[in-house]
Amino acid sequence: MTETATRSRLPLAFFVFFVVAMEATPAEAHLNSTGMGPIYDGMMHFLMSPEDIVPVFALALLAGLRGASHGRRALFVLPAAWFVGGLLGSTTAASNGNAVLSAASFLLFGGLLAADAKLPLPITTVLAALLGLYHGFLNGMGMGPLSFATLALLGLASAVFVLVALSAALVVQLRAHWARTAVRVAGSWVAACGLLMLGWAFRNR
Amino acid sequence: MRTRRRAVAPRMAALVSILLWTQVALAHPQQGEAKGFITGFRHPISGLDHVLAMVAVGLWGAQLGSPAIWVLPVAFPMVMAFGGMLGLMGVPLPGVEYGIALSAILLGTAVMFKVRPPLIWAAILVGFFAVFHGHAHGTELPPGQSGLLYSIGFVMATGCLHALGISIGTVHRWDWGQKLLRVAGACVAVGGFFFMWKAIV
Repeated sequence: MTETATRSRLPLAFFVFFVVAMEATPAEAHLNSTGMGPIYDGMMHFLMSPEDIVPVFALALLAGLRGASHGRRALFVLPAAWFVGGLLGSTTAASNGNAVLSAASFLLFGGLLAADAKLPLPITTVLAALLGLYHGFLNGMGMGPLSFATLALLGLASAVFVLVALSAALVVQLRAHWARTAVRVAGSWVAACGLLMLGWAFRNR
Repeated sequence: MRTRRRAVAPRMAALVSILLWTQVALAHPQQGEAKGFITGFRHPISGLDHVLAMVAVGLWGAQLGSPAIWVLPVAFPMVMAFGGMLGLMGVPLPGVEYGIALSAILLGTAVMFKVRPPLIWAAILVGFFAVFHGHAHGTELPPGQSGLLYSIGFVMATGCLHALGISIGTVHRWDWGQKLLRVAGACVAVGGFFFMWKAIV
């Protein structure tokens, strides 16, 4: 009797299972259809943009060379300015930005680092704010709805924060002359890249 | 445990070497286009005349000691990039090939005879010839999609060549090393004469 009842329920169970299986939504396992979510998209955008990473890296090294107070100032001012600049940029139409200005930022920060410029703390603050506002503005342009842009910019600013923290902390504790010189050599490379970028910018005009 | 760690290191090194050896897919960019970091990195090391001069800068810096050991390798890439910028912008510079060959001759001779000018003169000499090297690269640089990545690779390769010269130059602390450096300088100068002859003929 019990065996008969079990058998009679089996087709119904299969039917229910089949209907549920047919109702399954697409897995969307591949990130090209879903993205990684706005925060991680923002982080990845920064980490895959050398035109953003290089000047941030140069500023972090410069702040680190000047000491812990400069490093701390850059650590908080730069991501905050990046976020504010991004919010301002998200309200404007998409554009490619100014290649000459981007090259100039490479030249400025690379040159200051190569020269081991003895900048006072307020100047470091202003430079961090200007860099953050400009690059944040460029990142924010064409980011879409404000809700998405805000989260993406949060991710972006977090990535900036991590890069500045790691780079500045690495340099702050350097005491050996050769090690500090190696940091300055990195600055000369950034400035050299800026000069070549300037050449590319004029060539493409 | 230690043996296991030792076994992992060479495997990782082999894996990284194989990965770095991979060729460009060439899926989209046109042939001869500036494709990115690797293309830029290869450019300075593809010409022996450039390689000789850049290594010689490192050799001379190591021979002169501090602060020239870092001033010259800092000055060279920046002035070279300035020359590259002029080349990219289409600003003409006469006698580029002669300038490049002469740089190898003079830098090689300076290393061979252990010439010790004041730092400022050494920097001016190196900077002057760097413009020729940069200009030659700038006019040769193909149009591309990622000028930035190309430039980063290009500058890093130049810096690595200087670092190679400095590393070789560290043998300067030994007597036999000083002789070896002078021989290396002579080789660079001979190479310079060869390239000068090629430029003239």
